[in-house]
Amino acid sequence: MTLVEKILSAHTGKKEVKAGEFLNVKVDMVMASDLTAHIAADQFEKMGAKKPFDSQKVIFVMDHFFPNKDVAAAEQIKRLREFSKKYGILFVEAVDGGIEHVYLPEKGLVLPGDVVVGADSHTCTYGALGAFATGMGSTDIAVAMVTGEIWMKVPQTIKFNYSGKLPTWVTGKDLILYTIGRITVDGALYMAMEFTGEAIKGLSMEGRFTMANMSVEAGAKTGIVAVDEKTKAYIEGRSTRPYNVYTTDSEADYAAIVDYDVSRLEPQVALPHSPDNVCGISEVSNIRVDQVVIGSCTNGRLEDFEYAARVLRNKKVHPDVRCIVIPGSQEVYLAALRAGFIEVFISAGAIVGPPTCGPCVGGHIGILAAGERCASTTNRNFIGRMGSPRSEIYLVNPAVAAASAITGRLTNPEEVVK
Amino acid sequence: MIRGKVHKFGKNIDTDAIIASKYANFSDPLELGKHCMENIDPDFGKRVEKGDIIVATTNFGCGSSREIAPMTIKGAGISAVVAKSFARIFFRNAINTGLPLLECAEAVEMSEQGDVLEIDLSMGTIRNVTKNLVFSAVPYPEFITELIEAGGLVEYVMKKMEEDNKKSK
Repeated sequence: MTLVEKILSAHTGKKEVKAGEFLNVKVDMVMASDLTAHIAADQFEKMGAKKPFDSQKVIFVMDHFFPNKDVAAAEQIKRLREFSKKYGILFVEAVDGGIEHVYLPEKGLVLPGDVVVGADSHTCTYGALGAFATGMGSTDIAVAMVTGEIWMKVPQTIKFNYSGKLPTWVTGKDLILYTIGRITVDGALYMAMEFTGEAIKGLSMEGRFTMANMSVEAGAKTGIVAVDEKTKAYIEGRSTRPYNVYTTDSEADYAAIVDYDVSRLEPQVALPHSPDNVCGISEVSNIRVDQVVIGSCTNGRLEDFEYAARVLRNKKVHPDVRCIVIPGSQEVYLAALRAGFIEVFISAGAIVGPPTCGPCVGGHIGILAAGERCASTTNRNFIGRMGSPRSEIYLVNPAVAAASAITGRLTNPEEVVK
Repeated sequence: MIRGKVHKFGKNIDTDAIIASKYANFSDPLELGKHCMENIDPDFGKRVEKGDIIVATTNFGCGSSREIAPMTIKGAGISAVVAKSFARIFFRNAINTGLPLLECAEAVEMSEQGDVLEIDLSMGTIRNVTKNLVFSAVPYPEFITELIEAGGLVEYVMKKMEEDNKKSK
């Protein structure tokens, strides 16, 4: 069996499961955000549920239109606060909060071998911990909240094997952009992507979260990395709950195996308007940008800001550019503050905002006007994603974003950091 | 029987195209429907007539998990979507919100903007009335058919819970 099949089988009481099977799977954590939880709450009440299956395994994280961007968002969040209180559901708002996919792992709420479902497509992020995590709609999430189970079709797994050591300024973001560029946005439709190889071993947990996060951009049900010493070290101090470590039995279990030698990869850019419209940074020249966003569930963790700070230290943001830096959580914010990164950003002329999905989802804090271009560390560059349907988004890693903020055009960090 | 005019789209029609996230906290399907496809085809909401059918190529509905995507399409008056393939979260959401989806590459290839289609959901057939051609959609897996017949996932689970309650009494 594959790593994914083993996790799903352990959550069904069956000894063996196979790709293609429909199963009812027990879940370890059910998540929804301010953008999706209200429909789940409606369905929960429609089902006549008296309580969730386990109130400590249901979590609502306010992050998309949070801090409340308008009256409608405020009303929605108020209702969810009351709903959570009534049913004892975990509710994350201002105090020690953050973007759901940064928050859940850092608080030890997802562990290896878990099954997690969330009413957000980037729930697949937790696969970096060796968990099976996938996004669904609000109604599916309501059913999981009530019954503790949800139906799934067991996905096939494609193994992605990255050989070679990553060059300077090349990160997990570049690996996943490169991969999506090669296989396209439906290249892993309905499948699981398992990331392996020398380059993955060398990658930080942050880089692995970034990769798993964007697996949905290739159509995948989830992206997953098998547990190693780095995973264990990450969990240390975050949770004392016991967890299960699984691995794929043999190469024969995979639907396909894809090998990439990434030892000479350069930073990647996804051009408008699709995450698979990818090229190397050297292939784009003189693309001016009006805004830079560094943050999000894709690149809003401490290492991401370390990359950006290395580039921005003692430099100035181009006068024509709004550079918006958004830590993924209060915990990341505090760590970045203590490490001196926040001072680097503000001295350089960047704006540092509160943890939120805001600009990535076209909600608030960084909406684009017609004709404007943004270099962004987020995950989607669909038409109109960050504002006007006539704006453009270029997806990049945090170092490229920071370098572009300095020059005012898409820039390889090598050019500004000597 | 579903009958309507074809509105043809290409590949990878994403959820931000179907409904921009600035409308994400709207809940009235008719209001949402007015903004359907706004980012890629601003007049779409005005052109659609009740019962019309969206025909698209591959990976329809990719992107976000927002359940308002299929709700918006229904709210615009669209009666079904025929595509070569669907993104998986969108597929689940469409079943849960009662938007019929049909996977049929041939029907997509052979249908043009403005053609009239007739769809028989129980038979899984798509008739292009304009061109006098009939196609068969890929049948749903048995489990999905059960869900649809129960009236959706919530109804399916409620029925199951009721049966379990009776048994335990």
